[in-house]
Amino acid sequence: MALLRRLAAALPLFACLALVGCASEGSGIQSQKIATIKARGKLICGVDGKLPGFSFVGSDGSYSGLDVDVCKATAAAVLGDSSKVDYRDLNSSERFAALASGEVDLLSRNTTYTLSRDAAGGNGLSFAPTVFYDGQGLMAPNASGVKNLKDLSGKPICVESGTTTELNLADRMREIKATYTPLKFQTGDQTYAAYLGGRCVAVTSDRSQLAAKRTSFPDPAAHTLLPDVLSKEPLSPATVNADPLWSDAVRWTIYALMQSEELGITQANVEAKVAEAKANANLADLRRFLGVEGDFGKQLGMPADFVVQAVKAVGNYGEIFDRNVGSGSKLKLDRGYNRQWKDGGLIYSPPFR
Amino acid sequence: MVALPDQAGTVTPWWRNRRLIPWLVQAAIGLVVLVVIAFLVGNLVRNLTAAGLLLSWGWLDNPSGFDIAETFLPFNAGLPYWRALLAGLVNTIRVVIAGLVGATLLGTLVGTASFSSNGLLRRLARVYVEVIRNIPLLLQLVFWYFVVFLSLPNGEQAIQLPGIVLAKSGLFLGRPELVNGVWQAPLRFTVEFGALLTGLVVYTAAFIAEVVRGGVASVPMGQWEAARSLGFSKLQTLKRIVLPQALRVIVPGLNSQYISLAKNSSLAVACGYTDLYSVAETTLNQTGRAVEVVLLLLGAYLVIDLVISALMNGLNHLVQIKER
Repeated sequence: MALLRRLAAALPLFACLALVGCASEGSGIQSQKIATIKARGKLICGVDGKLPGFSFVGSDGSYSGLDVDVCKATAAAVLGDSSKVDYRDLNSSERFAALASGEVDLLSRNTTYTLSRDAAGGNGLSFAPTVFYDGQGLMAPNASGVKNLKDLSGKPICVESGTTTELNLADRMREIKATYTPLKFQTGDQTYAAYLGGRCVAVTSDRSQLAAKRTSFPDPAAHTLLPDVLSKEPLSPATVNADPLWSDAVRWTIYALMQSEELGITQANVEAKVAEAKANANLADLRRFLGVEGDFGKQLGMPADFVVQAVKAVGNYGEIFDRNVGSGSKLKLDRGYNRQWKDGGLIYSPPFR
Repeated sequence: MVALPDQAGTVTPWWRNRRLIPWLVQAAIGLVVLVVIAFLVGNLVRNLTAAGLLLSWGWLDNPSGFDIAETFLPFNAGLPYWRALLAGLVNTIRVVIAGLVGATLLGTLVGTASFSSNGLLRRLARVYVEVIRNIPLLLQLVFWYFVVFLSLPNGEQAIQLPGIVLAKSGLFLGRPELVNGVWQAPLRFTVEFGALLTGLVVYTAAFIAEVVRGGVASVPMGQWEAARSLGFSKLQTLKRIVLPQALRVIVPGLNSQYISLAKNSSLAVACGYTDLYSVAETTLNQTGRAVEVVLLLLGAYLVIDLVISALMNGLNHLVQIKER
């Protein structure tokens, strides 16, 4: 009997296999991952948890940050509720295994998008659009009078060993033919302790990390990020390669946040925009984008109003940036490369068409 | 029951042969060991081949691309990896030699102080040994570096004596000058070197003190009394009568402390000193040649320790009683 029941349960699967490519059939579109998330009622998101501005646990136990907002936006888009997220703190060596084993649905943990991580023969991840264009930078105390890389000639610089930052630093210093003393430490904590202890004139790491660490210094205003950028570090959320439908859902949720900024749709005015789109049949672009007409949501296997839900939950990309790492935050990072393409930045959403 | 000796006509079966069985057991164990080693090596080679990473050493000639803070031999990022590793090795040897000398002197002082007739000195020596021996070395290194050495003043506020300057960036000897806010001198020891050396000396000296104390205590009281009756002073007794005899007990114990010191020097990363281990870590990270780098590291520390052992064994032969 049990066998029969199991066979009966599997029947739809066989029927599906018979109709080759039933997943691409308009109405039957279904991602295994999205189905799991819906059944569970929660999105499980892998974050750092210790990096102010990106993902940080507040004194009340709640998570905040740019990486966290990506999780919230995705939960809002898929489940219609940005609070339905379980966060998992992952360190840099755990993160890929946690994603591959399915322990987390989405990895939103300041991870640099690289070939070996993307390639099937490497970590086999699927990267979502870059949410933060970072680069290796340097920080020095104002009192040192150091204004740029050249001023560091002949001076000691603190660096974390076992990272590519050491090599990048050596490369750039050789380019400008400057000698320097690299002081290597095994952990970030030791590196910043030696820097704050005054042993080095500067410390080098990702610019966003320097800015984030600076907020926990005794006197953050006494330290300045130098203008020099030593390397490219595009930080992107990631999913596994195995479920392209889920990867697409995450990808277009993030693009929706970027496109919203381009269109001037904010957390505050999104409802008004929806009303406007509903009232005015001529605004075809806006109607399609907000899911008033057309079937973009359905094509992705998501609710029709996924864009509205995401923006309502966390605001557009610009709002997320400002609130967590930009002018509205302690980090006070400049938009830099993270401006919209119209303003000369690299944030560019493909058309919603 | 007593085993009967073989008698003419009766042959002991081979499984009860007292000469054959132990030999067979030895051979079987030897075979197992060989099979295990062959399996491990075969597995390593097979997996490395599958990953396209067969042992190769050509990368040692590639430019390293990184810099080293303090080197005895001239070094820059354009030089090959083997030069970087050599520079690291020289840095390790430098701190090990200085550490051996320092720890021996301090350890002997503290060890003999525990026999002092001065109660204060005696108790201080005991407190020193018990406190230092029972705190992990890593913690002590972090303390020396971050708490003590990084609290030194910098720039113009540095501690200046004629011909000597002690600043946050290091100890400068031989007419130091302040150039562009940075101290420079012909002879310089960085604070990283200073912190590691201090940590190693203080830590190892506590153990050496115990070895010395044990050695001195092994000399019979009669020797002290005899020396005293001959009119030797206490210091003379120690120097001419007790220590030479104690050395027979001390030297083997010292050997293992010296080896520990050499191995402990690899904790240098905790205080930013660029020793062999630190350079190897960077090399491994950049080349991905994990097996080769680790093999080199193993070999280097093994050689350093074997050299120390050989020297100490030589010394041991010298101090043993010459029986003729």
